[in-house]
Amino acid sequence: MKKDIILAGVGGQGILSIATIIGEAATLSGLFLKQAEVHGMSQRGGDVQSNLRLSDERIYSDLIRKGTVDLIIAMEPMEALRYVDCLSNDSVVVTSSRPFVNIPNYPEDIQEQITRFMEANPGIRFVQADIEEMAKDNKIPRSANVILLGMAASYLDILTADQLRKAVGCVFASKGDAVVEANYKAFDLGMSVILQE
Amino acid sequence: MEKRLLLGDEAVALGAIRAGLSGVYAYPGTPSTEITEYIQNNAPEIRSRWCTNEKTAMEAALGMSYAGKRALVCMKHVGMNVCADAFVNSAITGVKGGLVVLAADDPSMHSSQNEQDSRFYGRFAMLPIMEPSDQQEAYDMISVAFDLSESLALPVLMRVVTRLAHSRASVTIGEGRAQNALSPDSGKHWVLLPAIARRNYVSLLGKQTVMAQASENSEFNVLAMRSAQTKVPLGIIACGIGYNYVMETGTELPVLKVSQYPLPAGKIKSLASKCQEILVVEDGQPFVEESVCGLVPGVPVKGRLTGDLPRTGELTPDSVASALGYSSTAPSSADLHLAARPPQLCQGCGHRDVYTALKQVVAEYPGAKVFGDIGCYTLGALPPFQAIDSCVDMGASITMAKGAADAGVWPAVAVIGDSTFTHSGMTGLLDAVNDNACITVILSDNLTTAMTGGQDSAGTNKFEQICKGLGVEPEHVRVVVPLPKNMEEITRVIREEINYRGVSVIIPRRECIQTFRRHSKEKKQ
Repeated sequence: MKKDIILAGVGGQGILSIATIIGEAATLSGLFLKQAEVHGMSQRGGDVQSNLRLSDERIYSDLIRKGTVDLIIAMEPMEALRYVDCLSNDSVVVTSSRPFVNIPNYPEDIQEQITRFMEANPGIRFVQADIEEMAKDNKIPRSANVILLGMAASYLDILTADQLRKAVGCVFASKGDAVVEANYKAFDLGMSVILQE
Repeated sequence: MEKRLLLGDEAVALGAIRAGLSGVYAYPGTPSTEITEYIQNNAPEIRSRWCTNEKTAMEAALGMSYAGKRALVCMKHVGMNVCADAFVNSAITGVKGGLVVLAADDPSMHSSQNEQDSRFYGRFAMLPIMEPSDQQEAYDMISVAFDLSESLALPVLMRVVTRLAHSRASVTIGEGRAQNALSPDSGKHWVLLPAIARRNYVSLLGKQTVMAQASENSEFNVLAMRSAQTKVPLGIIACGIGYNYVMETGTELPVLKVSQYPLPAGKIKSLASKCQEILVVEDGQPFVEESVCGLVPGVPVKGRLTGDLPRTGELTPDSVASALGYSSTAPSSADLHLAARPPQLCQGCGHRDVYTALKQVVAEYPGAKVFGDIGCYTLGALPPFQAIDSCVDMGASITMAKGAADAGVWPAVAVIGDSTFTHSGMTGLLDAVNDNACITVILSDNLTTAMTGGQDSAGTNKFEQICKGLGVEPEHVRVVVPLPKNMEEITRVIREEINYRGVSVIIPRRECIQTFRRHSKEKKQ
């Protein structure tokens, strides 16, 4: 079994933290893992992505072949769309629905583009929520990315939700109990978005 | 066995620590920076202060090797150009303690101005080259590289690429080894007078057959024929991480994995004897492809030169699969219209205020040209500023401004960061002073090497002294604080110094907003 994931967002939105949590869970459960990150110039407010590969067999390539990605986890809707040409025909996109506008020519019709894409590709599922709003409403403003991870948990079927939740605890342990609790809450919130569907 | 999840860079670092490293010498540069950072954060007993540039780093490492201890030099690929004098001559002196030079190449130029392939430097200097294919090999290989360096008494070049340097995987960690004892060399071969250098050069040439034999027997160069057939249509030579993309396809074709150079000519000939054609899969420039053509007469060699793989950019699992005849299935992209999201200067960054002021003043001088340099402030070339006319290599802003001023350009303005100034800008400033060039240098000082994540900058707190010491008139060394509220003062100072017909240096000084936030957070805790 394998799971090939693209994490996408804008530099500074916290996609590498999501990768760290999934990486922790994969390591604890003895899976093989490769994760290509972006460092350097593009981290300054530009688009960033990370290829994350999990498998119960040896993984060779650090990068994922186009047309074989199982899951996109994106902190931003246009950044989710940027990598849809990598998806397999039976795959899922889990994304924040709120545009991050730091460029003058941000397209105004992002939601229409998502709808068009879904119509053209019926095998691909798009799951969206305004995670920033949810984080604010629940007084965990810094944990929007972990809400997103909770939303993605049920599509990450190579790991159980329980394994991921434990990894959330491990990764934030050094920052104190309050931070761990906030992130558990965020993870559970994200999970509940999917269960309600 | 202990396992750790490590970046390729971190695997190199930990491998070097466990191999008895005594000193790491480096200037920060993507994608190499994390090696030195890892050693600084995990092995305080190892000498590891950031160097002024790659040449000083290489020479310090050579000194440590002279003293009998193991030293590592790390840099990005273009740093090899800066240290090339020391690097090439270190092959002539030879070494005592193991010396590994690590160059991190950046094919596709994710964070660089070219995609030069450091393996050419290894061959040019006639030294062994190691090129790990994955994180585990990066860890295992560096200790072999140190041993090889000591047994040959030569430096060893290790080459990684961005996709290995910045990709994580689980690495099995072995036992460590103690550092070498202090035992300075006493030989005369370190004095490269012509008579001695000629002898050393003959000795270096003599070692080539030993190096070739080491490659032939290397555990990292593996030939897998995988078929009893007498002749197969295609054989693959897969170098470094190219091997992973080949294996990802699940091919049954024979593969020669190459991770140590000089090329294992015997293994290449064995492969060629069983194949109708050879495909060379290598990240970077067609270094191996060119060499293999001469080794296997009569067997066509394919690769980047023949267009079977793209001539530019990094390898991808897709380009390699396609070269091996596998097709891919991508979903319809449904006619998307997305906008590019280029990197930009951080909100609140002092460079923003510098460019706002500079744009305003430069607009008053129709002949003005602004020569930029390497760092975050290179982003000043993009909207909304579009404020620089050039960016070439470390330090070129000052010297290009001088040359342009010599030719008659006025005003000729250079914009250079603090760390880039001490790396390679100071010497050019001395040229400008000695020739009384009519240039205005803006030394934008954010107290750190920001582009690579905020490493110490060699000249912090010394810039006024350095500029005055180099001969810039004290009244033309001006310091301002780049903040929107000071815009009137900053523009006035720039205007005054442009109108001065000589060398002036304006130092806008304010801490990088990223390191400022980090430091404020640390203070709170």
